[in-house]
Amino acid sequence: MEQPNLSYINSMSGGDKAFEQKLIDIIKGEFPEEKKVYFDNIAAENYKLTAENVHKLKHKISILGLEKSYEIAVAFENNLLEGETNLQEEFEAILTTMTNYLQQL
Amino acid sequence: MNCIIIDDEATARAIIGQLCSNIESLNVLEEFPNAMQAIKYLNQNEIDLIFLDIHMPDFTGFDFIETLKNPPKIILTTSDANFAIQAFEYDCIVDYLVKPILPERFQKAIQKAEATASKAKTSSVSENVETTSGNDLYVNIDRRLIKIDIPSIYLIEAKGDYINVKTENKNYTVHSTLKKIEDKLPNDLFLKIHRSFIINVDKIIDIEDNSVLIKKDVIPVSRSNRPELMKRLNLL
Repeated sequence: MEQPNLSYINSMSGGDKAFEQKLIDIIKGEFPEEKKVYFDNIAAENYKLTAENVHKLKHKISILGLEKSYEIAVAFENNLLEGETNLQEEFEAILTTMTNYLQQL
Repeated sequence: MNCIIIDDEATARAIIGQLCSNIESLNVLEEFPNAMQAIKYLNQNEIDLIFLDIHMPDFTGFDFIETLKNPPKIILTTSDANFAIQAFEYDCIVDYLVKPILPERFQKAIQKAEATASKAKTSSVSENVETTSGNDLYVNIDRRLIKIDIPSIYLIEAKGDYINVKTENKNYTVHSTLKKIEDKLPNDLFLKIHRSFIINVDKIIDIEDNSVLIKKDVIPVSRSNRPELMKRLNLL
């Protein structure tokens, strides 16, 4: 499976290490909250709200360089808007990968 | 250029802030996690450029733009490329950045903004109260009384301290209450069908179970308000 990386963060920080750490800390703080809201909404089968959560999470997926995962998230968001959950398993695997990676940082 | 950032995601605000800090001509004055806070700020401050997220809960980026009388330059920032065509219907939007924003692309957007920048005084919704005159309703927006043709109103929605008045042509966000505007509207045309919604009964398209379709909006009908709504309809 595709693995996260810090290429984007490094490219946009202009070499500012303090900013890189600050951004990682913000992501580490914000990601678990967004993930929780996602799991709450999908458990409640509120797919419109879940689609909004996936939309929000897409940004962090792309920040962590997960290009293929981003495409899955886009497709899953569209799924949800049509009331379907075909890609739920794949999407949640992405969240697990991101969680594990952020824990190591 | 003095600018502000509006995005409900802290990560996005931090990235845009950092990208701005690399450009000498940009001065980030404030960041806001939602549009309502920004509206209050804009009532008292003059700025040149807004970095605006589209997808925000309750009040989208486009809703926000609709509240601005003389908007400054706006650069949209979004994870969704699908709104690009809609974005360019607004003269104030100078560019459309898809997240994650790349530094080179960001710089290009700033160059566009600088090329078109003019220090337009920003104004937006502020103090409120409505007055009526015949078929017109006047709403007080930024110390100007704006005339709204009452029959053109199809929906009024309560949003915290504000109401969103939707008409055939335009939406208005006004600092007021549903109760105040309800008192100003003709009873035979308008009906409160939910604690957060007043509708123009003439504009109903259909009714299904506990909701009403009015234009493209599906509006819930409270159980307590349903009998009055049914009474108003010319049922076969």
